[in-house]
Amino acid sequence: MTRLGPRGNLFLAAAALVLASMPYWSGLYDMQLASTALIAAMFALSLQILTGAAGLVSLAHAGFFGVGAYTVYLLGAGSIFVTLPAAMLSAGIAAAVIGPIALRTRGFYFLMTTLAFGQMLFFLFHDTPLGGGADGVFLTRPSMMWTVTKSARPAVFLLLNLVTLSLMYLGLWWLMGTMFGHALLGIRINEDRMRATGHDVQRLKLIAFIVSGALAGLAGHMAALTDAFVSPEILDWHHSAEALLMILLGGIGVLHGPIVGAFALTLVREFGQSVTERQRLIEGMVILAAVLLLRRGLAGWRR
Amino acid sequence: MDGFLVQIINGLQYGLLLFLISSGLTLIFGVMGVINLAHGSLFMIGAYLAYVVAGITGDFWLAPPAAIVGGLGFGAVLERVLFQRFRNREHLDQVLLTFALILLFEEARASLVGNEFHAVAVPALLDFSVPVVGGFAYSAYRIAVLGICLLVAAGMVLFLGRTRVGASIRAAAENPEMVDLLGIDARLIHTLVFAAGTALAMLAGALAAPLQSVYPGMGDSILIASFIVVVIGGLGSVGGAFWAALLVGLIDTLGQVYFPQIAGIAVCGLMALVLSWRPTGLFSRA
Repeated sequence: MTRLGPRGNLFLAAAALVLASMPYWSGLYDMQLASTALIAAMFALSLQILTGAAGLVSLAHAGFFGVGAYTVYLLGAGSIFVTLPAAMLSAGIAAAVIGPIALRTRGFYFLMTTLAFGQMLFFLFHDTPLGGGADGVFLTRPSMMWTVTKSARPAVFLLLNLVTLSLMYLGLWWLMGTMFGHALLGIRINEDRMRATGHDVQRLKLIAFIVSGALAGLAGHMAALTDAFVSPEILDWHHSAEALLMILLGGIGVLHGPIVGAFALTLVREFGQSVTERQRLIEGMVILAAVLLLRRGLAGWRR
Repeated sequence: MDGFLVQIINGLQYGLLLFLISSGLTLIFGVMGVINLAHGSLFMIGAYLAYVVAGITGDFWLAPPAAIVGGLGFGAVLERVLFQRFRNREHLDQVLLTFALILLFEEARASLVGNEFHAVAVPALLDFSVPVVGGFAYSAYRIAVLGICLLVAAGMVLFLGRTRVGASIRAAAENPEMVDLLGIDARLIHTLVFAAGTALAMLAGALAAPLQSVYPGMGDSILIASFIVVVIGGLGSVGGAFWAALLVGLIDTLGQVYFPQIAGIAVCGLMALVLSWRPTGLFSRA
């Protein structure tokens, strides 16, 4: 996995500026759509440091996303300065509990273990009274620095999500340049060699798993904040598979791939919904095309 | 106490159905190295096939043979057209390919038969109850399903253990490269295993149709359970899948009856427990 250079980042910054200017020229619906894409991008980006960098395919991440989102519901009306760190912390803790067991396994077993743990979290919120029911619940948004009027919400949440995604991207961009990031890349290429050269592979993977889980929790927190609604659906493994799809669609070989993939998938969905009721058909076709033809993703085609 | 006994039989019967599904799954992974998340959808297709066949002909007994024949053909086509190309691809690609198949199968099902829940009547021949120990009555159809599953399992053991083709399949599950070197037609083995796995999953779906209602998400819940069976039993191990299926079937059934809120969590927890003790399953040699 490679990072963008200064020119590429400048291009991303320009795209962010276009999104940031949306309140001046676009309708409420499009701003909500942009928020959806931004949250999807955060979720997929959180998984990229596991899948793209360390080569670990996890199906538990929807679970961490859900833990982050449900934290907002469980805390009740608090302040965003409480709910945000709490969401990251609880998702990080969930990842720290699941990670050591899941990471004992490799390859197919890892995939299956994360699938089962993810479903375990799903059942936790689906079947027990903790989650407020199988159909989901509305929640009170935590208070922010200013009171936000209803008409201003789409614009405010668009900007909030944009800032959060940008910070997450910059943080991961920095992380991938550190020794830790390089070591993760080494694991993807040849785990045994990394072990032989004295790296504590298990520990590196676990740290990546926890960081990735906490960031997925952050994405879940932003989703709960934006929608004021949580449901067990968001913990289902299909949601994890969608994040993997965004990664593949955008490019597994580049850090910013998931962002491109998230926007592409959101637009494809929006288009699909407008032309047919059978939108899973379109989504399935897009995945087939991506897997069969687009092996390096939209953002990675030049390499 | 007698109710408990009935639940035990229910659990064994569910476990045996799980075995039909997961034995194919474990062999497909062992022999081809392919993760098939759409395996649960094949179960769903088998159940809907039973609903349609029983609805049109009025005779449920045509459904299981139809599921087997249809499954063999469908599986062979899927393997030749898609899965063959994905044998040596990364897990991520395999996950997404089979995820796409789930979406397409579900959409095809929605277009053809709709999204409603359907009941399939228990065949008239077996629509009575048999007294079991303690004066408790048990559905004859459930006993028949138990018997059919045991027969299939026995047939599979004989086929894998006593025939030349069976030996090749076991060899391929053990060491795929070696089979290529020995001059066995690996391509044929792959198609055979995939077709048989598909037929077994669809047969399980057809047999399960009168036991539970036929509904859109039924493939997904059975998928998770059968993957847990495969992981606990050890990848590629049919014997492991058998015992693991009975274990998961019992725990899930008893859990649903006595602790409905944590049944789903318990089965996943069981897998976590097994994996933290033996990371490659109970019955794997590695």
